[in-house]
Amino acid sequence: MTEKSSGLTRRRMVKGLGATLGAAAFGAALSPLFRSSGMNAAELMQRHYKELTPADKQAVIERLQAEAKEAFGVSISIQDPRPTPQTKFVYAINLSVCNGSGKCVEACHKENNHDRETKQSYIRVLEMPKGTMDMEQGNTTYNHTVPSPDKFYMPVQCQQCDEPPCVDVCPVQATWKEKDGIVVVDYNWCIGCRYCMAACPYHARRFNWKKPYLPAEEINPNQGYLSNRVRPQGVVEKCHFCLHRTREGRLPACLEACPTGARVFGNILDPKSNIRWVLENKRVYVLKEELGTKPSFFYFFDK
Amino acid sequence: MEQAPSDVQSPSTHRVSYPRFLMRAISAATDGSFLFYAWMTGLTAVFLVGVNAWAHQASSGMINTHMTDHVSWGLYIANFTFMVGVAAGGVMMVIPAYLYKDRKMQDVVIIGELLAIAAIVSCLLFVIADLGRPDRFWHMFPGIGRFNFPMSMLTWDVLVLNGYLIINLHVVGYLLYMRFLGRKPNPRWYKPFILLSIVWAVSIHTVTAFLYQGLGGRPFWNSALLAPRFLASAFVSGPAFIILTMIVLRRFGGSRMSDQPMNTLVKIVRVTILINLLMVISELFTEFYAGGAHTSSARYLFFGHGEANALVPWIWSAIVFNIVAAVLFMKPDLVKHTKLLVTACTLAFAGAWIEKGMGLIVPGFIPSTLHEYVEYLPSHLEWRVAAGVVAFGLLVYSASLKVAIPIFRGDMRFEQAPPKETAEK
Ligand code: SF4
Repeated sequence: MTEKSSGLTRRRMVKGLGATLGAAAFGAALSPLFRSSGMNAAELMQRHYKELTPADKQAVIERLQAEAKEAFGVSISIQDPRPTPQTKFVYAINLSVCNGSGKCVEACHKENNHDRETKQSYIRVLEMPKGTMDMEQGNTTYNHTVPSPDKFYMPVQCQQCDEPPCVDVCPVQATWKEKDGIVVVDYNWCIGCRYCMAACPYHARRFNWKKPYLPAEEINPNQGYLSNRVRPQGVVEKCHFCLHRTREGRLPACLEACPTGARVFGNILDPKSNIRWVLENKRVYVLKEELGTKPSFFYFFDK
Repeated sequence: MEQAPSDVQSPSTHRVSYPRFLMRAISAATDGSFLFYAWMTGLTAVFLVGVNAWAHQASSGMINTHMTDHVSWGLYIANFTFMVGVAAGGVMMVIPAYLYKDRKMQDVVIIGELLAIAAIVSCLLFVIADLGRPDRFWHMFPGIGRFNFPMSMLTWDVLVLNGYLIINLHVVGYLLYMRFLGRKPNPRWYKPFILLSIVWAVSIHTVTAFLYQGLGGRPFWNSALLAPRFLASAFVSGPAFIILTMIVLRRFGGSRMSDQPMNTLVKIVRVTILINLLMVISELFTEFYAGGAHTSSARYLFFGHGEANALVPWIWSAIVFNIVAAVLFMKPDLVKHTKLLVTACTLAFAGAWIEKGMGLIVPGFIPSTLHEYVEYLPSHLEWRVAAGVVAFGLLVYSASLKVAIPIFRGDMRFEQAPPKETAEK
């Protein structure tokens, strides 16, 4: 062996050693990934909601129910109610009577199996000085006795826009508007890019920055596939007008919890509904009308 | 036109010479001086720290970032945006080289193209780092996923970024291989792609600006000036980084480069940095002179809002950096003063990084759409992940330069005889 080629071999060996060490270090650096639980092949390969056959859907729901049983030790039931024909849900809030108690915020938190640690909810209530409609004057973190005489209160949640910017921007169609007007998210398809959160003008979307924490005894077992089932980590969620209730003829949890009767909910296509009466007889307005989002959520004053 | 020589070779010889090209490339990329090894090892270490931080984030959730439902994009998307600019800025060498047929520039244009490749790789990694569900990345692939095209601007961005990457890989790969074989490249195989890459460079940054510009609910971004501003700052940061690269290569790589290309780049930055400043002033004038609700983000960014003023030092540093750099670039013989030139380029680059990074993304979310002031500064974890991505980009850049420069200099050639490898110097 000549001197030159032995030098070359040594160099090769050093390089090989370097590459091996590098690869090992890379594997070690990645190791926290493999510790993460809750990942399985079925969930990894699952298709988009709209591509699931009824049998697929059944299998997915059974899997989710079994997983919940294992994680929490309670039996839950996941339904997937579809929109009723001739229905378009609309919400309205009477700002003259809303007293800012935040009962709706709490009810949403419980109904929708939100993370207990972050006190998550789909509703935020703005306390606004009387005499302005400028949201810049609002305050969401008040904690004094309500109502304060010089203030009015404005709860904000998903406005279920007819032109939803969040749906347009989603790169993978993980969120869409259903026939009855409700904008939903497929929690098993969302990639968690949070583009929809940037696009929403109403701060309606929430992200699961971690796996939601829920004590077993506080779980609401009546769950909807596209609504209040316990969300996975790393996906976006939002208000869905309690579709697991409203599509079955019940009222949203926030409405039932409201102590003042400020909230009116119903099918705008039904001429005899309360909501229809409000929209026809009150001077209603929508938030940020200039953006052209066409909300299905209205506000009005009595006097 | 003369007979294109590359067509003469039969495919069977490519079967011999192409693998050898790759082998030589790999060996050149991993051979070098002690300094080179130290640099690459250091970068690898930073990259591994980033990988580890990301693995933690992916397994326990993004709760360890400082992003919130209020400020839902942070350091990752800020860096992504900036890096798109760096990638687009590489084209500022391609234009003089090929549109103006500047021969001296043609000799070094590869630096710009390689920078574009490395920057795009970092961009894509930053997007992945930002995903809540990286395991579902495939949902974005056209065909097997559900690609929301053409509605979602993000799908456009995925297409143009990957397209830009492929175009540049093709051009660089082809030119290097031809030089390696010692043959004249056939213009048919690269000229059209170079022209395409020029248009494409503009498109990547325009589409990236449209990501933000198109959001009606975010007044801070919802400005028609955003895309042109992006381009102007890209044409500052890209060339500035290339100038820095050339200086480093000259100092440590023993590279014989003429001053002329660098001078061209300095001339370009001299103008683009002023255009950029002009547009910033125009934006600020509209924001502050007219007043009203739409100025609250700008007011927060520049002056803070009560206790909330996390970004104020950042943005003022950026303004100072930009102005000082602009003044330095005015100096007619700047190229002759290496220290000043390095300072000017570093300031210009850092200024653009703040302004087009954190200074652009974060105030879009503050105040939030319900006018709440929730502040954001990156967490440790985010800094580690971001450093890892940048280190990987630099690894790609350094290794590819290591291969490309000797080939372009003619030091690394294909030999017909079986390779009598001499140890690299
Ligand atoms: S976070 Fe999910 S729902 Fe929102 S845009 Fe991204 S993929 Fe779509």
